[in-house]
Amino acid sequence: MDLDMGKYVVFVWGCYGATAVALAALIVMSLRAQAKRRKVLEALQAAVETK
Amino acid sequence: MINFLANPERFTRVTRPLRPWLAGLTTALFVWGLYLCFASPEDYQQGDTVRIMYVHVPAAWMGLTVYAAMGVASFFGLIFRHALADAAAKAMAPIGAVFTGLALLTGALWGMPMWGTPWQWDGRMTSELILFLFYIGYVALHASIEDEVRAAKSTAILALVGLVNLPIVHFSVQWWNSLHQGDSIFVKGGPTVAPDMLWPLFVMVAAYHALFAWLFLVRIDSEILARKYRALRARLSFN
Repeated sequence: MDLDMGKYVVFVWGCYGATAVALAALIVMSLRAQAKRRKVLEALQAAVETK
Repeated sequence: MINFLANPERFTRVTRPLRPWLAGLTTALFVWGLYLCFASPEDYQQGDTVRIMYVHVPAAWMGLTVYAAMGVASFFGLIFRHALADAAAKAMAPIGAVFTGLALLTGALWGMPMWGTPWQWDGRMTSELILFLFYIGYVALHASIEDEVRAAKSTAILALVGLVNLPIVHFSVQWWNSLHQGDSIFVKGGPTVAPDMLWPLFVMVAAYHALFAWLFLVRIDSEILARKYRALRARLSFN
């Protein structure tokens, strides 16, 4: 396994870094939005049931 | 099958168990793929920059695939009024936008050392940029229209119009001269890429597909929850 990209280090690691950051952000944002929406819906359902 | 999954409750019940498996599959494929990316040999002409191919090509392919899937969902929504079609297309759009944005960015970073320029207004790059703008336009249009039915209809029309761009992206390197290389995978006589480099590419393509499938199920579930919330609020305010 070769991690030394020589004179292309900025370009190769730049690509992998940008990909990692963008995909990680997409995953985190998607999971957070799902959790938040579930919480808000459950809160409303609980409020309706207690009425 | 499509009608069977049109019921949001049933869709959630069927797809919920798949989500953790897809998350695990995505992780495993990325670990394997990344190992292969850096274990594969460097190219005799491009040197180590060939490793950019393993993140650039899957992102570009997924940009096209996701948009085609969005187009199909939009068609079903517009013509057959499929209950989850708009939610599906809406869930896909940000994922496709990220893939296409990454294809543009990694392509520019690959172009700098290989072509001496990050950008050229040629058929491939320009049509890829237009694809990205269609994604952004879709997301912006959906967010700007409050009425759900009108938003679904308008964005479905936009998505279907954007389908015209897909063959242009795909065939642009055959139709016009470009700095961008021509097809090298799906060509007559088989791929012109060495098998040592094909394996990491295919594993990364599989990883991107698994990631898309997982995130799509997460985002459509999120959309179903939001719609349930709005429906319940509307019912409460009506009563």
